[in-house]
Parts: sequence; C-alpha cells; structure tokens
Amino acid sequence: MLTCKAFLHELNQFLDDSVSAESRAELQRHVNECPNCFVIVDTTKKTLKVFKGVTEKALPPEVHSRLMKALERRMAAKCGKAPAQDPAQQV
Amino acid sequence: MLRYDEEMPAIETGTFDESALVAKAREGDAEAFNGLVNQYERKIFRLAKHITQSDEDAEDVLQEAFLKAYEHLPDFQGQSKFYTWIVRIAVNEALMKLRKRKSDRTVPLDEPLDTGEDTVVREIAVWDDDPEQRYSREELAGILDEAVQSLRPAFRTVFVLRDIEEMSTEETADALGISVPAVKSRLLRARLQLREKLTRQFKRKGDDVFAYM
Repeated sequence: MLTCKAFLHELNQFLDDSVSAESRAELQRHVNECPNCFVIVDTTKKTLKVFKGVTEKALPPEVHSRLMKALERRMAAKCGKAPAQDPAQQV
Repeated sequence: MLRYDEEMPAIETGTFDESALVAKAREGDAEAFNGLVNQYERKIFRLAKHITQSDEDAEDVLQEAFLKAYEHLPDFQGQSKFYTWIVRIAVNEALMKLRKRKSDRTVPLDEPLDTGEDTVVREIAVWDDDPEQRYSREELAGILDEAVQSLRPAFRTVFVLRDIEEMSTEETADALGISVPAVKSRLLRARLQLREKLTRQFKRKGDDVFAYM
C-alpha cells in the first residue's frame, strides 16, 4: 500500500485531478483505507473552497481614477505634450 | 482586507480581444491600452494586495505595473499573454515592496529554504460546521488574511496566482519565471500550510491534535 508520505506528495495532483486513471485509483484506495489522509484530503478541499469564496469588491473608484491620471501624465509626457490634467488641481 | 463575497464579479471576456488591443496599443493607441487597463486593473490590484497585504502598497504596485507595461510595450514579444506579462511585472513590484520592509529582509523571497518542515502535517482534525456559516464575512476574511500572510512570500505568490487568480501551473511558472516543478512544489507546501493554519481555527472542539509522520 502507498505510504502516507507518498500520498501527500501526490495530493495536489489528486485534488486537481491531474493524474492518470491508474494513479488516481491507487491514491483513492489509500484515502479509503487511511483515516488520517482522508481527513487531510477533506480539510484541504475545504481550505481551497473557503479561499475560492474570497474576492475583492470592485476596485475603489479613487484607486482607478489615480491610476488613469498617472497613465495620462505618462502618455502626455511620451507624446511631448503637456499633461492633460489641470496643474491647479495637482496635489 | 479581504472581502468575502458570495458572488464573484465575472470578467467580461465575450467582447474582449486581448491580442487586438495589444497590437493597437503598440501602435500608440491610448484607448486600446486603457482597454487593457480596464480589463485587468481589478485583478492586478487584488493580487498585489494579497502579496503585500497592504492597500497602499497594492496601489503603488498597480500604478507601477501599468506604467512599466506602457513604457515597455514595444519590448513585449507576444510570446505569452499580455495578462501573464503584466502579472509578472506586478509580482516583481510587489516582491520589491516586501524586500523594502525591514522584517522581510532576512527571508529570501525567490528561493525558499528547503528544510523539509513545510510539508509536515501536524493538525489532523475534522472541521466544525462550514466556516462560511460559522463566521461573519469580516471575521472569515480576517482569518484567511492572517493565514495567507503567514506564508513565505515565495509560497504566498504561487498560492495567490494558482488558487485565487486561477492561473494554470504553466502560466504561473511563466509569470514568476520559475520552473513548473517549482510551482508544483511551492503550491503543495502553501496548501498544506494553509490547511494546517485553518484547521487550528476551524477544527471541531474536543478533537485531539496529534503528530503525524
């Protein structure tokens, strides 16, 4: 039977289903027979699931706006034109 | 701060033609470049925030990444996707931010020490109810934030690209300039370490903690 160490080495391939059918069957056999590795597989799946649910809301509008202004200035400088932004509004 | 949302805003890919926009942007079309910015700014900001764990640094990274991409667009060979290229620039900028922090100076960012400790599994316990139901979004986001922050930058970066940004192993290797086996090895360590941290938090009360292998 596969050792736990050998199983752990293949854990990601098992979780991501990127193994051959033959290897998968061997790994699955180990999970069925080893309570520790069964728990590791289960809790690693749950770890990934909880992270998949995490996301940022939309980019803060002020962050977007400062990015676009920085780009405008760079583009204007590259074209040899004065910055499009009103200098009076520059902080 | 991470947010926990049930609905992840989808990126509109239907009408987005990256290579056409890149071609136009290379000819000096500012609108085309802005189209690329609009498509990817949110993702770049998010990954920068995950790596630096700071709003301020993430905004600096976002700006530097797109400014550098604009400057170096003529050098972009088009062998990889623009997105992979901008991710690579952003990751480098984010890692530079970390290097500048005093506390991280002693830790090598690109070549983690192989102590063999990273894949040791100590916490084996089933989790209590689904954490999503047990904690508020804010609490959960805080727990996940802390767990990601505890990873070494080299592992954190691979985890963010593979499991949060959902890039493939090959794209991640390309974006980070490391080999595919290195991505696989770091991802395994990152996942196991996060599982370990979260199990300490989410395990069912009364379950024993015991050493394993």
